[in-house]
Amino acid sequence: MPGGASQGSAHDTFPKLLLRNAQKFAARAAMREKDLGIWQSWTWAQVLDEGRALAIGLKELGLKRGDRMAIVGDNRPRLYWAICAAQSLGAIPVPVYQDSVAEEMGYVLEHAGVKFAIVENQEQVDKLLEIRESYDGIKHIIYDDERGLNHYSQAGLESYASVQEIGRKLLASSGDAEKLWLDEINKGSGDDTAIMLYTSGTTGRPKGVVLSQSACMWAAETANQFDNLTEKEETIAYLPMAWVGDHVFSYAQSYASGYCVNCPESPETVIADRREIGTTYAFAPPRIYENLITMTIVAMEDASPIKKKMFHTFMNHARKVGGDILDRKPVGVLDRLKYLLGEFLVYGPLKNRYGLSKVRVAYTAGEAIGPEIFRFYRSLGINLKQLYGQTEAAVYITGQPDGEISAETVGKPMGKVEIKIADSGEVMYRSPGVFTEYYKNPDSTKETKTKDGWVHSGDAGFFDEHGHLKIIDRAKDVGKLNDGTMFPPKYIENKLKFYPNIKEAVAFGHGRDFVTAFINIDLTAVGSWAERNNVVYASYQELAGHPEVYKMIEAHVNEVNRELAGEERVAGAQIARFLILHKELDPDDGEITRTAKVRRSLINERYAVLIDALYDPSVKRQKIKTEVTFEDGRRGAIEGNVEIRDMKRYGAGDVAFREAAE
Amino acid sequence: MNMAVAPTGTAASKPAAQEVLLDVKNVSLSFGGVQAIKDVSFNINKGEIRAIIGPNGAGKTSMLNVINGFYHPQVGEITFKGETRSAMRPYVAASQGIARTFQNVALFRGMSTLDNIMSGRTLKMHKNFFWQMLRFGPALDEEIEHRHKVEEIIDFLEIQHIRRTPVGRLPYGLQKRVELARALAMEPELLLLDEPMAGMNLEEKEDMSRFILDVNDQFGTTIALIEHDMGVVMDLSTRVVVLDHGEKIADGTPEEVSANQDVIDAYLGVAH
Repeated sequence: MPGGASQGSAHDTFPKLLLRNAQKFAARAAMREKDLGIWQSWTWAQVLDEGRALAIGLKELGLKRGDRMAIVGDNRPRLYWAICAAQSLGAIPVPVYQDSVAEEMGYVLEHAGVKFAIVENQEQVDKLLEIRESYDGIKHIIYDDERGLNHYSQAGLESYASVQEIGRKLLASSGDAEKLWLDEINKGSGDDTAIMLYTSGTTGRPKGVVLSQSACMWAAETANQFDNLTEKEETIAYLPMAWVGDHVFSYAQSYASGYCVNCPESPETVIADRREIGTTYAFAPPRIYENLITMTIVAMEDASPIKKKMFHTFMNHARKVGGDILDRKPVGVLDRLKYLLGEFLVYGPLKNRYGLSKVRVAYTAGEAIGPEIFRFYRSLGINLKQLYGQTEAAVYITGQPDGEISAETVGKPMGKVEIKIADSGEVMYRSPGVFTEYYKNPDSTKETKTKDGWVHSGDAGFFDEHGHLKIIDRAKDVGKLNDGTMFPPKYIENKLKFYPNIKEAVAFGHGRDFVTAFINIDLTAVGSWAERNNVVYASYQELAGHPEVYKMIEAHVNEVNRELAGEERVAGAQIARFLILHKELDPDDGEITRTAKVRRSLINERYAVLIDALYDPSVKRQKIKTEVTFEDGRRGAIEGNVEIRDMKRYGAGDVAFREAAE
Repeated sequence: MNMAVAPTGTAASKPAAQEVLLDVKNVSLSFGGVQAIKDVSFNINKGEIRAIIGPNGAGKTSMLNVINGFYHPQVGEITFKGETRSAMRPYVAASQGIARTFQNVALFRGMSTLDNIMSGRTLKMHKNFFWQMLRFGPALDEEIEHRHKVEEIIDFLEIQHIRRTPVGRLPYGLQKRVELARALAMEPELLLLDEPMAGMNLEEKEDMSRFILDVNDQFGTTIALIEHDMGVVMDLSTRVVVLDHGEKIADGTPEEVSANQDVIDAYLGVAH
């Protein structure tokens, strides 16, 4: 079928890989999707067939080399095929965060100069039509799910199937449609732009990171080698398609190795779907791993006393020896036997629940993971590892090789990556995966990427004695208190967030006399606690302001202060006052990014009243009114009267005394 | 996104070929000395969304109960699909294609979402009890066919994640959605919804509005709904009938009804 298509140059682009896979793995499943309760599969040969029909249809509609095509929706096989279809014509796919509101999305589409958009459903079509009122560059909107769209008659609106139909008709009628398409693929080279990904941007507007085919290819091959990934892996695609991680894991690496990518039925069914598939290669931000543990702890609170006892006994044992067994370190025979029994009674069933029974390699990245959480999974025998990556690096910068695992570091440079630490303490890297430029933003490009290809990561870090990189915080976020004490906000926030009851925390202190913090409670964990303790509440706000909840959070903050007191460099950065916010920080309000990173400047501005109150020791309660944006983009306001708590701070002596006493 | 708020060109712009699906003529219903419904007549056209509104105790739910045969009116007659009747059992109404949901959720709390919706298919199952006990051969084929239909509804209402959850454990908004799913599983011609949005927050209401419009649009199901949220009624319905103290005080398009002085008085109260 592809004939001599792959002769010209090697497999240096993803469409060429598709042609290869369609022969090499013709009958192997390339993608699956659960639909109407049943897993549907597509082999590599079928993916080629679908992608080709779409590509030729798009070409007929006028998609040309260099045009930008937006892709908006949850992880759906058809949207992944669209990426390859665009690349095959030399067009540039631009995946966009599907849950961003029209205004946010409009900025990205306009900045990227998008001409075509392939979207999932009516919800997204409505958004695009709204965007088109102010940006008329969008010529074609192509939708996958036809439900609710019968009555839409706007110009340029087509269904995915009808575009494929155009392609199929051309393939059947004219002899050279396929040949012309293969010629387009052959024109492609490693220097072509593979994809444009907009970074969520904790500061300012999102920037379009341009990654070349060769950068993505390098990332895919490096990662596949690093963990010996083959066509036999199974993964589940559930993280936003606009995020570089998903693009590399669910697209690039799959095309490079031939492994199967599974799309869940809906975002809510991921855990159940993962269990049915039995993924072997998994990836998730720390948040997801935290949620699983929170769920387990909550479920165990309701379990019978025998089960509880069994759970705690074996989990304690796993904590003691599980990690060592996984790392193949010497462990006593009796301990091994007990671990085996635990595997049968507790660990096995638990892993099965999480859908992680078959996992060979699991990764966490994006944020620091709590050491306790990290060890929890490793002690169960799950090979959870950390990596450090960025959109600008096509993900991979460092990763932990098997057997060299630590909760505190992010591993060694992967493949051809070079790393140096700048005098300011900032981590800099260079690799074949480095981005080409920020689209239409030469100033930022120049600021971030030096002439000889080194990229400023923006993170402060250092190498430990084993040559592993440790990241402390965003370089520009590390501040100083008025007395000169170092103040790493994220470091403190992470310590707080490691408590299941605390979902989000924001620490303040730069240029101030002492450290203070905002806290968001976790509605699942605290809600379950409330249920068990007969605490009645009607809303998040009411629960957040409950005196008993304050008491619980106060205990956590106290514990964090004690930990900080024990660490020489940050002992002065203990939390002096804190409050529990009356609303959850929400990406719809722009307070956190879509990938759940706190936007500090915006919070400083929005909650100025509360911050002032935190630094005025005479204020014990503060009224505030905040504007909120609902999911559909409308606005409203919530008012609150927030209580502020003073905390005890520990001196070095207190800790020493305590340790001596223990 | 804002379809629920402003239904552009859905129910409102249906062609004018009006075929009456259900005709209620001079119906009166009393319980002992209490007159719940007094001489009410109105009709429901095929394919429309018909709202029944009115203050508390106006007789709205009684009206629905009359339509689906739960109450038998003392006076008057009801014509459904050209067949006139005065008294009918609810299961006959169901087999003729009238499905409903209830003001207070009436699901099998211990059963899963899937089983609850499956129970809506009961009338469509033809293999007898013994075949079904064996669950083999034709009975199995039949079950697979029904399950497929149920899965389509699950997909339609976006409740895949609670397929196996006992409904008693679900939040209220989702229970309401499961109840709608069960009614849809009957593939009804006329769907009666008794306060489908009671007790919901704004977001749930918008979801539900969207589902109701989609049901009407995709399946062509005629819908009669009782609702208190005026915004919802005005946006969703093709025509509105207003009851007060068991009597019909207005009938017409949402605009006509909301401009009607009797209706305004009934809602706001007048000095007697």
